[in-house]
Amino acid sequence: MPRNRDARLAVLGSPVPRSRPAGYSSRSATALRRRLIVGVLVFVSIVLITIYFREPAGGSLHGIQSGGATVLRPFEVGAQRVAQPFQDAYDWFAGLVHARSQNARLRREVDVLSQQVIANQNAAQENGDLKRQLHYVGTPNFPSGYDYVSTRVISRPPSEFQQQLGISAGTSSGIRVNDPVVNEDGLVGLVTQAARDTSEVTLLTDPTLKVSALDFKTQASGIVSHGQGRQTLILDRVAKSQRVNPGDWIVTSGWKSQGLSSLYPKGIPVGVVAGASQNDIDLYWQIQLRPRVDFGSLQNVIVLVPKNRQR
Amino acid sequence: MRVLVEPAKVAVLIFVAAILQVTIFSSVEILGGTPDVVLLTLMSVALLRGSIYGAAAGFAAGLLVDTANLATLGVTSLLLTIAGYWIGRYGETTGRDRAHAPYVSVAVATILVQFGALFLHYMLGDPVSARVALVDALAPKVALNLLLTLPVYALVRRVLAWATEPEGATEVQLLG
Repeated sequence: MPRNRDARLAVLGSPVPRSRPAGYSSRSATALRRRLIVGVLVFVSIVLITIYFREPAGGSLHGIQSGGATVLRPFEVGAQRVAQPFQDAYDWFAGLVHARSQNARLRREVDVLSQQVIANQNAAQENGDLKRQLHYVGTPNFPSGYDYVSTRVISRPPSEFQQQLGISAGTSSGIRVNDPVVNEDGLVGLVTQAARDTSEVTLLTDPTLKVSALDFKTQASGIVSHGQGRQTLILDRVAKSQRVNPGDWIVTSGWKSQGLSSLYPKGIPVGVVAGASQNDIDLYWQIQLRPRVDFGSLQNVIVLVPKNRQR
Repeated sequence: MRVLVEPAKVAVLIFVAAILQVTIFSSVEILGGTPDVVLLTLMSVALLRGSIYGAAAGFAAGLLVDTANLATLGVTSLLLTIAGYWIGRYGETTGRDRAHAPYVSVAVATILVQFGALFLHYMLGDPVSARVALVDALAPKVALNLLLTLPVYALVRRVLAWATEPEGATEVQLLG
């Protein structure tokens, strides 16, 4: 509907002169002014960016900015001081909200780190054991004619009535039943069962195991077997005519006779004489040995495998 | 008188918003995003007073923010000048008297300013992460700005209306 039409004139049907668009030129002038202002501001911004970017750090624009920042600084400090209590309150509540999840996360981290500490301690202990074993293997004390399989103990005697260990090496490593087992301290026992990747080792403290041995100093020979107490050994069958002194080292004798030979190589330490006694009735010395090996804390052992054995 | 009062009020609003932004709101990080009260104030000024005010206020706000932050002078000015002008034009045309105009303006301006800032900083060789700016921070920033839109807009409208003579005739003169 045309604007500026007078009702009376409309009724009469007389032509109504259309008024000139009000402010048309002023509207276009406003648009031009608006665009001009924006264009100038954008141009100034780009000029500022260019100069600021190209001039050195000590340039004039940097100096003006530094001066402006100095002027603004008191206002910023004032605003910060006013807002500080609110900010502290916000931080306190935010910390409270996050404390629960943080606690759970830290607990998980503590668990993981504890496991890592235990793993590291085990690794360090194993490293020490293996180094000692390696040292033992390289010395002249290591029996000649034998290869070695260094392996870990994977199971221990479930009760004091059993004296067997499980080790993590078996026939695939060349281990067979009756292979002697040692560590850097001395004789540990004998392989009594061998599977593909695991074996059972019967300890020297088991009643079924007997080892022919001799006094390293006096050459008095006898048979080592389990003692009355836990992890004690005795040297039996030593004739009264032979001499045995406390503190003497007892080692395996490693005998050979008519094609037969001892299961144990010669010269492996078994124990130290703790005490020796005799009475008129007995034919032999009663000799107590202190084992060289700590059977209660074995981590790694060495299985001696004869070199001349065919796999 | 109004010719001087209006720019003065806008200048005070922009100054206060810039100071609050660089001192307080820039350190308020919620879900990875920070609110931008300068942009909110600029939006309110531009919608209430038009594109020329918007562009000029944006330029001044950008200068203040860059000066206070010792950032590259002109970057924020350029972005806010364009943002203020666009919001002002939107308010003068399609957004006039629309209740949702402030929200639409804030959402669009926040996204475009973020993209523009990323582009400019990238062009200037500043170390910027597009993932942080666009993926991690943008959505929370838009949400926070939308949350603050209503209070900031209401406050700016009240301030701009304060001590301003109402437009139009104040008394009726009977003719004839």
